[in-house]
Amino acid sequence: MTPVTDTMTARETLQMWIDEGAPDAAAIDAFIEQNSFPIVEPGSVTYVFHGQADGVNLRHFVFGLPSTQPLHRVPHSDLWYLTLDLPDCSRMEYKFELLFHGQGKWIEDPLNPNRALDPFGANSVLQSYGYEHPDWTRHDPEAREGTIEELRFRSRSLHHDYPVSLYKPARFRRTRRYPLLIVMDGGDYLHFSKMKTVLDNLIHRLEVSEMIVAFTHPRDRLNEYAAMPEHDRFLAEELTPRLESRYPLIGTREGRGLMGASFGALASFSTALRYPDMFGGLLLQSGSFAFTDIGEQQRGPAFEPVVEFVNRYRAKPVPMAEKVFVSCGMYESLIYENRSMVPLLQSTDMDVRYVESRDGHNWENWRDRMRDGLSFLFPGPLWMVYE
Amino acid sequence: MSRIALLGPQRLQPFVGEVARELEPHGSGAAITAGWQEHEDAVVELHEHLDRHTYNLDLYKRTEEVLRHDSSFADAYRERQNELRELQAYYRLRLDAAIEGVTALERRAERGPRWEEAHTDAMRALRTLDLEHATRIVEGNARFEEHHRPLEHGHIRKHHRQLRKMIDDAAFVAIAGGHVAVLLNRMRLFGLAELLAGKTIIAWSAGAMAISETIVLFHDNPPQGAGNAEILENGLGLARGVLLLPHAKRRLDLASQERIARLTTRFSPLRCIPMDEGDRIDLENGVILTNRPHRELTTAGAVETAGV
Repeated sequence: MTPVTDTMTARETLQMWIDEGAPDAAAIDAFIEQNSFPIVEPGSVTYVFHGQADGVNLRHFVFGLPSTQPLHRVPHSDLWYLTLDLPDCSRMEYKFELLFHGQGKWIEDPLNPNRALDPFGANSVLQSYGYEHPDWTRHDPEAREGTIEELRFRSRSLHHDYPVSLYKPARFRRTRRYPLLIVMDGGDYLHFSKMKTVLDNLIHRLEVSEMIVAFTHPRDRLNEYAAMPEHDRFLAEELTPRLESRYPLIGTREGRGLMGASFGALASFSTALRYPDMFGGLLLQSGSFAFTDIGEQQRGPAFEPVVEFVNRYRAKPVPMAEKVFVSCGMYESLIYENRSMVPLLQSTDMDVRYVESRDGHNWENWRDRMRDGLSFLFPGPLWMVYE
Repeated sequence: MSRIALLGPQRLQPFVGEVARELEPHGSGAAITAGWQEHEDAVVELHEHLDRHTYNLDLYKRTEEVLRHDSSFADAYRERQNELRELQAYYRLRLDAAIEGVTALERRAERGPRWEEAHTDAMRALRTLDLEHATRIVEGNARFEEHHRPLEHGHIRKHHRQLRKMIDDAAFVAIAGGHVAVLLNRMRLFGLAELLAGKTIIAWSAGAMAISETIVLFHDNPPQGAGNAEILENGLGLARGVLLLPHAKRRLDLASQERIARLTTRFSPLRCIPMDEGDRIDLENGVILTNRPHRELTTAGAVETAGV
């Protein structure tokens, strides 16, 4: 057995064991202890699992790759591995599926400390070669913190109370006039995308304007956000005027924006389309812009009203805002729909910015694109301020 | 003899107090913090650093009062601000094209015998555009002054009188950074160029930019846009011959020889001075004292220490 040397990379060591057979358990334990996993190299990644199982599968959510891929056992060991080609600067959320007697059990990768939370729990996160976790998404002790006020609005359109978490920037002053951004799935953006931290940091860095942000919390998301006229009416005719009567908001089209991800992007889009004189900025992340050119849609009943709505727009695209920021991950199934939407939006002479990332349909992808989107819609005074 | 000390940013490693004690050991100070806008009066820390009696000149607050009480002047003032914004927008459009003219040549791998000449011409076109823009603003400002004669308006005259007295009584004037256009507008409105002439001044960041000859806005890596440096307008001209670049380490790609060379060549003969934490330059009668060590950006694209 060739000994492991200091100059060997983790991948080279693993390859040697694959070729020559595994060493003793102590050497494997040392290997696990001394390296970080997955093993990331330019253009590729190697997943590693150490433990007993009949089989181990990689389960992930990257559209375009098989969602289940088996790890291979290093001969005569309880070490498992799988090497995949993966473009640099990618993020991939995944789990391992451990197989015992034909039954699968999904777990997070025990060797990888990176986790992403989402409404369904947590996933392990692979950051491929070159990916950088943006520093403006982490708490910055120098950034003054804004505040969140919890509000409730009775909606006549929806016939129920609608909770809203209202962000006010640090050093908020009633003598100023602020832009208003209304965010769909507000709780998820705050919790999983750390949007309060992002706002505090980007405002501190002068990259986005000081603003008031209404994080809305849906009660019946799949219905309310599926281009439901009552929900759009609530945002435009109830929530916005009430906020403008209570807080120092600019109160013009260019001072108002809507933002959302997935179905939340669709809700933003449909509201702006039904009220084209109200909202100057749209921030649409991985929008559920499902459509059909021919035949039936295949995405399930929740998408029926969506497809009908988007098909109508595609037949006759019209402007509904001044500026539209669209982002989508290349590894999500909605990339086709989003790419298709961009030229239509551009054809209406709106100012459209489109950004793609090597990421999936998840809250950290949406977090990482916020600097681009928010600074485009509501640019801060960075250019003019020299403290 | 007027003495001016221009400093790098003072937020993290403030040394404005030491400089004030060195230049004017005795007497009270006056402070201009209008660049902080509504937060103009948040001066506790500044006063602690200066450690002596200091009046705040309250230029931002005074301007708000003038605009509240003199509606016809307020309309004219706002119209002028709109005009300036419009001019800047057109200049930016033309600037994008002019800078592309220079950078397209610089990107070219094959450079024939006439490349140098073409590059010089492209750079000249860029400098001409800058000059035209600055001239348009100077002309517009002159027209505004001549037509509206701000200092003859009752409210402004009252403030001007008070400011003259406060500045005359102060041993030095400290001018803080912040929003450079807001600061410059307020200083210009109350005729500060005249009131500050001959005074000992300590200014940093936007404060230093505002009293210089030419104000250039810059950021090589903004979240949006190409990051093309642009002339805002002429400053008060109390500090001449220097182009001040606060937070240079953060805002400029100092490792890019090409970008730095383009910036320095474009604005020569002004000396491009990066102003980071701890930096200081001194001027006498408005001109930099070159025998004191300071950093400068060269037309070759390097950062050099001069005056050693």
